[in-house]
Amino acid sequence: MRPLSEFANFARSIGYQVDLALQVAARLPHLWKRRSWISEQLFLSGVKVLHVVLLVGFFMGMIVSLQTGIELSRIGQQDQIGTIVGISMAREMGPFITGIILAATVGSALAAELGTMAVSDELAALEVLSVDRTSFLVLPRLVALTIICPLLTVLADTVGILGGGFVAQAQLNVGFELFFDSAIEALQTPGKVVPLPKDVYAGLFKSTVFGTLVSVISCSAGLRARGGALGVGNATRQAVRDSIIAIIIANYFMTWIFYQA
Amino acid sequence: MEPVIQFENVVKNLGGRNVLDGLSLTVNRGETFVIMGPSGTGKSVTLRHAIGLMQADSGRVVVDGHDLSTISPKDLGALRRSMGYLFQEGALINWLNVGDNVALPLRENNVEDLSEQEIRERVEERLELVRLPGTMDKMPSEISGGMKKRVGLARALVTNPEIVLYDEPNAGLDPEISMSTNLLIREVADSMGITSIIVTHLLSCVRVVADRVAMLEAGRVVVEGTKEEFLNSKNERLLSFLGTDPD
Repeated sequence: MRPLSEFANFARSIGYQVDLALQVAARLPHLWKRRSWISEQLFLSGVKVLHVVLLVGFFMGMIVSLQTGIELSRIGQQDQIGTIVGISMAREMGPFITGIILAATVGSALAAELGTMAVSDELAALEVLSVDRTSFLVLPRLVALTIICPLLTVLADTVGILGGGFVAQAQLNVGFELFFDSAIEALQTPGKVVPLPKDVYAGLFKSTVFGTLVSVISCSAGLRARGGALGVGNATRQAVRDSIIAIIIANYFMTWIFYQA
Repeated sequence: MEPVIQFENVVKNLGGRNVLDGLSLTVNRGETFVIMGPSGTGKSVTLRHAIGLMQADSGRVVVDGHDLSTISPKDLGALRRSMGYLFQEGALINWLNVGDNVALPLRENNVEDLSEQEIRERVEERLELVRLPGTMDKMPSEISGGMKKRVGLARALVTNPEIVLYDEPNAGLDPEISMSTNLLIREVADSMGITSIIVTHLLSCVRVVADRVAMLEAGRVVVEGTKEEFLNSKNERLLSFLGTDPD
């Protein structure tokens, strides 16, 4: 019976997350009223994880460059490293690592913060005071994360390509200029539907979705926390786990829609 | 006497146990009603039913003429705006300072259409009423447990409620601060003409604030009466319970 009850819990939490997302959508007209908290959340979810995104993005670009460069060297195609690193970072690695970093840092903090409020009667206090908790707590956090994720992705893409360029120059004997020319050229290919560089806008669209997913999943885990410190711990773990799963699944479907459908 | 809060044969099951088991009681307008009893007898659950944080499994809770089992969310919101609730630990929003915590219901709902200046003045008045002047800019983490409760009380009073519910206002306080809290509750009730329900297990609270008292056990009222009747009662269960009171 345990797998059944686990599945029922999972289905309930999906239902709660969808309901929460719809509630936030209905409160978008409150954006102006919540502007100061949105900017505060932008700072908390953006500036405070900036160094992590830059560091991980830089090394991720170096890894991609080194791994593909070694193989391309064997067939004499190392000149293509810039193309591969540029496309890999913009399409997949940049949005993915930014989403994962935000899930692990900001998402877990959101779940812990709202979970602590739930178990210490602060959410009940908001209800008693007739304060709309979706507008008050969730809207600013969701909007901030949805905005900050693509912005951080741009930075992750940029430093990733930069890191790849350093490795190409230092370890694979591919000139910096050649590397960047081929990376930029590869990223300029426009899409069929939208006449903009497809790999860039597809990646940014993905990261916008990741930001929304992380915030909805983390907020809903926090709001549903019960049972003291243990409940907060469970909510935090659930937020990170479910965010990562959702990012991976959504990533597959968005890749399929953008590049194959 | 006009009844404001009525529990009619209310049953609430939590975790397989009837925490409220046919609870019936009436609180009249303007009176201060104290609910006493041992831990786990449903005192706080009773209070949560009175403000719609919990719904009865059976029976009725009627507040100011509204049956809370059938009230619409909109009407419940309006009813709650005429009520205040003091949580055990104050339940202050930890990332707002004291002033913003107290101002929260005014800024979020602002049914009185107050300007920011008027909100600030009202907040200062309420903080003075609870003997916490000049604490507007302090964060909840910078103040003591007793101060948090008083800030919570200021927040509960800031909308000029007609009914205030207190959940263990003395819990965790030393005797001196506990007594000053009792005196404050009595003063607030008298000066603002508020109907109050106070959940406590301290006899000192009964002596200072109560007009009428009920003792709960196993989710039912076992003794009910005026303060004098209660304090002079020969009910064995009550005497046994009060015999353990440290006061």
